[in-house]
Amino acid sequence: MVRRWQSIISQLFLITGMAVLYNPVYAKDNQIDASNNQPTSLSEQRRAELKDLLLQDCGSCHGMTLKGGLGPALTPDVLHNKSRQMITVTITEGRPGTPMPPWKTILSEQEIHWLVETLYSGVTP
Amino acid sequence: MSRITRYLSLAVIYTLLPACATVRGTGDLGVVIERATGSIQIVDTTQHQLLKQVKGLGDLSHATVVYSRDERYAYVFGRDGGLTKIDILAGRIDKRIIQSGNSIGGAISQDGKLVAVSNYKPGGVKVFDSKTLELVADIPAGVGEQRSKVVGLVDAPGQRFVFSLYDTGEIWIADMSNKKPEITRYKDIGRLPYDGLITPDGRYYIAGLFGEDGLALLDLWHPEKGVKRILSNYGRGSKKMPVYKMPHLEGWAMTDDYAFLPAVGRNEVLVVNRRNWEHVTSIPVHGQPVFVMARPDGRQVWVNFAFPRNDTVQVIDTEPLKIIETLKPGKAVLHMEFTPRGEQVWVSARDAGKVTVYDTATLKVIATLPMEKPSGIFFTSRAHRIGL
Repeated sequence: MVRRWQSIISQLFLITGMAVLYNPVYAKDNQIDASNNQPTSLSEQRRAELKDLLLQDCGSCHGMTLKGGLGPALTPDVLHNKSRQMITVTITEGRPGTPMPPWKTILSEQEIHWLVETLYSGVTP
Repeated sequence: MSRITRYLSLAVIYTLLPACATVRGTGDLGVVIERATGSIQIVDTTQHQLLKQVKGLGDLSHATVVYSRDERYAYVFGRDGGLTKIDILAGRIDKRIIQSGNSIGGAISQDGKLVAVSNYKPGGVKVFDSKTLELVADIPAGVGEQRSKVVGLVDAPGQRFVFSLYDTGEIWIADMSNKKPEITRYKDIGRLPYDGLITPDGRYYIAGLFGEDGLALLDLWHPEKGVKRILSNYGRGSKKMPVYKMPHLEGWAMTDDYAFLPAVGRNEVLVVNRRNWEHVTSIPVHGQPVFVMARPDGRQVWVNFAFPRNDTVQVIDTEPLKIIETLKPGKAVLHMEFTPRGEQVWVSARDAGKVTVYDTATLKVIATLPMEKPSGIFFTSRAHRIGL
């Protein structure tokens, strides 16, 4: 019985995850990030800085390969069933009661959005 | 000359070459971690030279190093669970294992025969034979089924290792005198211990707490007295700021009278009376301190800072308890290391891609060494210091 519920719940998660993945808005963003040469108002230099920030500074808690450390892993396989909104809020506001700090005073909304998309599509050093 | 004889004579020459090379000690050598490329640089602190780069060490973000007691081998603890024993005289990897999925640091035992690693995943401590890197003991950490990440692992006199459990808020002592580790547990030491240190005499173990103000203190001369909370009110009246990099306690700063500790989430260095562990004062500094390290003679304390104020190092004179200099070694200063008697300090700046060597008397730069995203700096003199 418990098993059945577990499977139903995990399927629900899967469906929500798929819904997020196939949401047209996000799909469009994914294309931009995947090709990396589409127009975006973040300069190439800024994107390079953000990638560096992600790997080096976020990496100081989440690991340089983002496979986790004091903070949880942030690889696409871990993120795929978590909503982008939740990840965006976590980066923006931090997570009270844990060492995760809010980044809104340091990064713009657009920069946080770029970071979230980059996390979901996977980033390599 | 036939081809075979030519090859043979070449082989003989190459075998003899190392023997003909200058015989040298390792007391003025060290290792600098190049975190992004999985490499280390073996450095000479007398000549200010890079001697050899050793590659292939995996994910070295947050890597630390301890030394064998003969100061020949450096044990490098990588983030990805890699434990690598490097022969720094030969400039090559002697042995390398992947011992867990995710690790944070390590320690070497009093007798130099055991190397312990603290792991995040799976949470616990593993102990290895320092010669062969064969597993000697596996100590899962946690309460019941709940495993905890392990932080602040240090060696203590009496062939012991002491460490803290991040998720469950405990301090454990593992006595390795006999084959089987003997564990003493201290529960409810405070919320989210993030790192630990042991005083240079090996008597007091202190865990810093992230989840609340204050630190947890264990007197290893009297383990039966339990863990005591110190400085529980240090942050009263000032607002805690978000922390963009966790402070580190390893690399203690102790002078005769005082202990200097990083405040969590505040731009302050805490000064504590070493006799009664009471708060003496807080020194306002440039940013949130990460490393607070005393020059070996105790006259100066050097401090680096968390993101985004991490291009700066400040020097505190420990007599008037005042900042005497603010230095800018470059973007993302990650670590500092004093030469054994403290006439120089080496400072790594990750984003600037260099290590800067300062004369600690004049506070002037005496050398700059380019490196690939340098982080931790570890000199061989650590081999003979308790807790390093």
